[in-house]
Amino acid sequence: MEVKTFPAVDMEIRKWGAKPESLIQVLHGTQESLGYLPEEVLTYISEKLNVPLSKIYGVVTFYNFFKLKKDAGHVIMVCMGTACYVKGSENILDVICNHLGIKPNEITKDGRFAVRIVRCLGCCGLAPAIMVDGKDVYGKVTKEKVLEILTKYS
Amino acid sequence: MKIYRIHALICAGAQCIAAGGNGFEDALKDELKKHELLKEVNIIETGCMGSCQLGPLMAVYPEGVIYTKLKPEDAKEIVEEHFLKGRAVKRLMWKEKETVLPSLSEIPFFAKQTKIVLRNCGIINPEDINEYIAQGGYEALGKALTEMTREDVIQVVKDSGLRGRGGAGFPTGKKWQLAYEQDSPIKYIVCNADEGDPGAYMNRSVLEGDPHSVLEGMTIAGYAIGAQKGFIYVRAEYPLAVKRLEIAIKQAKQAGLLGKNILGTNFSFDIELRIGAGAFVCGEETALINSIEGKRGEPRKKPPFPVQKGVFGFPTVINNVETLANIPVIIEKGAKFFRSFGTEKSPGTKVFALAGKVNITGLVEVPLGTPLRTIIYDIGGGIPEGHSFKAAQTGGPSGGVIPSQYIDVPMDYESLTSLGAIMGSGGLIVMDETSCMVDVAKFFLKFTVDESCGKCTPCREGTRQMLNILERITSGKGQMEDLELLEKLGNTIKLASLCGLGQTAPNPVLTTLRYFRDEYIAHIKDKKCPSNVCKLSSEVKNERKVFNRSSS
Repeated sequence: MEVKTFPAVDMEIRKWGAKPESLIQVLHGTQESLGYLPEEVLTYISEKLNVPLSKIYGVVTFYNFFKLKKDAGHVIMVCMGTACYVKGSENILDVICNHLGIKPNEITKDGRFAVRIVRCLGCCGLAPAIMVDGKDVYGKVTKEKVLEILTKYS
Repeated sequence: MKIYRIHALICAGAQCIAAGGNGFEDALKDELKKHELLKEVNIIETGCMGSCQLGPLMAVYPEGVIYTKLKPEDAKEIVEEHFLKGRAVKRLMWKEKETVLPSLSEIPFFAKQTKIVLRNCGIINPEDINEYIAQGGYEALGKALTEMTREDVIQVVKDSGLRGRGGAGFPTGKKWQLAYEQDSPIKYIVCNADEGDPGAYMNRSVLEGDPHSVLEGMTIAGYAIGAQKGFIYVRAEYPLAVKRLEIAIKQAKQAGLLGKNILGTNFSFDIELRIGAGAFVCGEETALINSIEGKRGEPRKKPPFPVQKGVFGFPTVINNVETLANIPVIIEKGAKFFRSFGTEKSPGTKVFALAGKVNITGLVEVPLGTPLRTIIYDIGGGIPEGHSFKAAQTGGPSGGVIPSQYIDVPMDYESLTSLGAIMGSGGLIVMDETSCMVDVAKFFLKFTVDESCGKCTPCREGTRQMLNILERITSGKGQMEDLELLEKLGNTIKLASLCGLGQTAPNPVLTTLRYFRDEYIAHIKDKKCPSNVCKLSSEVKNERKVFNRSSS
């Protein structure tokens, strides 16, 4: 049987060392280059770091950050931190979900958009806030503004 | 050194960037180029200035003028009027009640704060170690390593009365002493930068605005307890903080302030970053240790305490970002100086993230013991649009609410605990009469239910049952017995949970029950939400009633 190699994973393991305690950092790096954590890659990491696959599955599912499935084209994160919540972020979430025809934490059928609830973006001064694709933050969002933002990505 | 006529400090904190700060900076550079002013005007990207809601912000020195809500199209006017002709642009200045406040010293939001932790935030370029050194940075490290013994350092920190700023308020000097006493060849310092409380971003601003102060504090701590290595455990949600920490560590190593034989002494210390992966419970110190070791972030039982058996089984001191940022000041200026701020039992200052229904939201640093009223009204400018203050929530999901009758409470560890709230890490959410307290309690409980790691039963099952009861009440199906049940269950969870998350999870419910019981009763008996937030099934929505209990 041909042994599959994953250069991106190897690079991370070289950086952090082939030891069990490197697991979370290696998973971070791997997800950054692959977008998610496919099963075969986890098996590979399991062998390289000498951590049972069951333990790795335990870690991956424990932390919100890690994903076992490929993500949508654009991920819209609606902040539900306290400051955003008291300033009406639930309404913003409703508007986005209605517009895309999905529920929170779902992906649209065409796989282009996902809506997720996040705890706090740390932008409380700009509440309510949303973040798109993990980098573009929009503050003081209103029901009208949010639809305008969405059109930028469609 | 180059001398500039004007220094333009542009806030490059995460919120000002989110508000469009980069666009303005580019436009400003273009304008300066057009007028050939690049050699006269020095643009510096700084960390957070504090008044995040009014961003993007720019402070212009020597005058100390602060411009707010800047747009790219404003750059032309600022360059042509202010930089060329010396006429500051009034239109863009800070305004309060239609009065233009030209400089930082005249704006109450800035003038009424006392900055120790945030001493460099918004003033220096966090990506340049020389700016930190120019402000006196690393002098404390030099003093500690060359003029003080390890015992001296611990004694000064003990004398200062510094208490952990992560929330619990454990005396930092005592923690160091305990770790110092451990006989072990390997020890660790961990900086807890897993700031997960929704509504709080004090640590983020320090890491983004003044990362070297944390590195210096950690290195001094390492020297004091005899550690060779430190970890900074920082949230993955803070990419800018991670980037600036990476730069800071690299620069400190190049300057010989980190690594082997620091400042030519025989003390060696190294710092590594560990990136979290989105789990609130990892802010709990034993869960954080597990996470650093690459495991699921579930808490361990104590004892053994981390100072005895921490990371990889070695003695470990875990300090919060803000605690560590205080250390260089204490070492350099002494315990007495530090004690000149705050109260006898809670010396020093505290950074709060002021948010919610208040006119000026942002980061504020005040001496401990400052009345809540001063923070909300004098610094925060009061409650907007004719609403009235109803309650403030401190400590996030682990904290409680402070009702309006206690608005003059001094913000220190003991006073807040006596009200059933906690200091917490510094989140301060202001609520007016349009916020339903039952809904707020439910909001926090939902958070802890989601974030409970599931290891111990009281927290895993108990919080879920409490949430079920609250959902019943907010949908109009509650019964009066539910209130007693909530209290009984809440107190049991507090007693029986394994870690700090569970032990504090019932606080938001218990404090709202204590101070706003009538609102719970209104939901149960009258099937009405007095603030018109909850959608009770049998209720016919009545007109939005102003529920005013505040005299202030």
